Amino acid sequence: MTDPLAPPQKKNPQKRSTSPTRPPELRSRAALGLSAAAAEGRFALQQCSECGTVQYPPRDACHACLGTDLPWRDQDPHGTLLAETTVRTSTRLYFRERAPWRVGSVKLNAGPVILCHIHGDCPREGEVRILNRLDRSGQGVLLALPIERTQNMEDDPVMRSLSCDPNHRRVLVSDGRNPNALALVEHLFKAGAAKVFVGESETWRPNPAGADLAAAGAEVLSLDLTDTASVRQLAGEIGGKTDILINNARFLRPGGALARDDTAFAQQEMEINYLGLVRLAQAFGPGMCARTSDGVNSAVAWVNILSVYALSSDPGFGCYSASNAAAYSLSQSLRAEFRDSGLRVMNVYCGPTEDEWYQLLPPPKVTPAALARSVIAGLQDGLEDVWCGDVAKDIRERWRRDPKILEREMTMGQEEA
Amino acid sequence: MTGLSEFAEAIAKGALRVVDLTHTLDPDFPVIILPPEFGQCARFRMEEISAYDHRGPAWKWHNISMSEHTGTHFDAPSHWISGRDVPYGSVDEISPDRLIGAVVVIDCSAGAAENDDHELTVEIIHAWETEHGPVPRDAWVLMRTDWSKRRGADYLNMRDDGPHSPGPTPDAIRYLIEERDIRGFGTETIGTDAGQGSHYTPPYPAHFYLHGAGKFGLQCLNNLDQLPPTGALLVAAPLKIKGGTGSPLRVLAVVPS
Repeated sequence: MTDPLAPPQKKNPQKRSTSPTRPPELRSRAALGLSAAAAEGRFALQQCSECGTVQYPPRDACHACLGTDLPWRDQDPHGTLLAETTVRTSTRLYFRERAPWRVGSVKLNAGPVILCHIHGDCPREGEVRILNRLDRSGQGVLLALPIERTQNMEDDPVMRSLSCDPNHRRVLVSDGRNPNALALVEHLFKAGAAKVFVGESETWRPNPAGADLAAAGAEVLSLDLTDTASVRQLAGEIGGKTDILINNARFLRPGGALARDDTAFAQQEMEINYLGLVRLAQAFGPGMCARTSDGVNSAVAWVNILSVYALSSDPGFGCYSASNAAAYSLSQSLRAEFRDSGLRVMNVYCGPTEDEWYQLLPPPKVTPAALARSVIAGLQDGLEDVWCGDVAKDIRERWRRDPKILEREMTMGQEEA
Repeated sequence: MTGLSEFAEAIAKGALRVVDLTHTLDPDFPVIILPPEFGQCARFRMEEISAYDHRGPAWKWHNISMSEHTGTHFDAPSHWISGRDVPYGSVDEISPDRLIGAVVVIDCSAGAAENDDHELTVEIIHAWETEHGPVPRDAWVLMRTDWSKRRGADYLNMRDDGPHSPGPTPDAIRYLIEERDIRGFGTETIGTDAGQGSHYTPPYPAHFYLHGAGKFGLQCLNNLDQLPPTGALLVAAPLKIKGGTGSPLRVLAVVPS
């Protein structure tokens, strides 16, 4: 078993906060396939399309037949721990600050022998299963775990560093008026969050969920993503203790460009879904980036809840899709801006949700609880991309297969008699 | 013209007092809320352009945005469907001499303190006229409710069946227009109509009758408790917006000290 993480002490105001350091980021282009799989929590290795040999480490030609078509495929993550050592110091500051660090070699059932980090509960020379996780540089690295769960295994220092676990952390949920806010709050507390702040816009009008949010233990604070001063004020107040920020703010009205004679709703969609993200990032980003090595409750993750139609428009929600495409694009540039600090940007792509604006759409629709479960699981697994619900998963598959075919299917006209 | 220099001197020396009837334009100031599928009134917003910094070293300025009907604001006749064909019905067309004029105040604050849906009725106007004389022709009539002292959610006072705030009955507004030929009607609440004004016939009677008759509206007024029932001068000049149906504005009253 792993020693459980103790709740962090209150910060000593006389001590300097530790500056972020990172494990090495550089990878070959071939090796980035591991990071792409880790971004979704999959264990994948290159596999030769000619002879079927599984490759490790990533390379440009098959080590068995020199074939050059080496697509990344999900692999059996099980294997046997061969040899191990404990690194007690390193010239790399990131590891030096975190030594000792257990590493070793594992013979995979799929064939190759890999080098990986080793969870403290792995028995010597025993059976292990491999996780492919993003490290603080955002690159996929391999971690060997015991086959069976062990007590408090998430609290192992290496495993925690390869996750964005809400346990003991303080979370801001940006929009307390979104129907999913209560489920997010409840699931965050269930996952061990120390504190959940919830933003509420326009406190001069009733929020039917306000009392429930407070009763669930959330601290409801004034925050309006369309108002720069409001966002900056809240960042001034709690920006230094926001470890995870979940931006669930959404403005949604059905229709494309021709649905209305004005730009009012389209503008509001950009104000909240896109510019709201810009304002939040400007106000909260720098403070969170500065605190990514700040102990047990360091800043770890920035979560955007996006419509999956950010990737390919649903013309029934054309303007809304466009605003989400803008937010999706910005999330990619935020990843670049946050990368040096190790702050993770996790996008949760959602299909139609179970609320008033998708009333006329048939099921399946994403319930608040399902979304909350996806968010928590994604944080615990340290993901970058989470696909919530059947519709989102279906769109992902079709988008990957051929974006143009997907676009054509999404934009079909009415068949005449 | 006689009297103007004395007027200026009286203000300078404090013999006449200028009362600001305006709320501060603030992002958190309530606006009217309509069902979400309708177009909505934009809130007041302010974005910094520069603040003596790298974006502009020696100057500070903001871009602002809002609806014509945000904050303390003026309603022109073209705001309502009944006034859409009224000549000179938009803010840019209104003759400037109509932007300064006499004002009377009907105190409904006691009734509004007891009942959120308090109505200004013909009887209340009659009682006021018994005491102060007939409402003068072409005067502004302001309905004092002390609603401007409310803050936060109490101001809009939104409930599941809509907002609750005082306002005039259809008969009262018709009386002021048809019998007294007023210039306009103003309130401390979010609209010239009661919060539940959509349930009158016609719906929103103050908007419907005032603007149909070419009269003006003022709402979200402040400090009406500092005005005398009669004898004050009102300055209410909306921005000159081309084709504008209304405008945020600074509303001032000049009152004897």
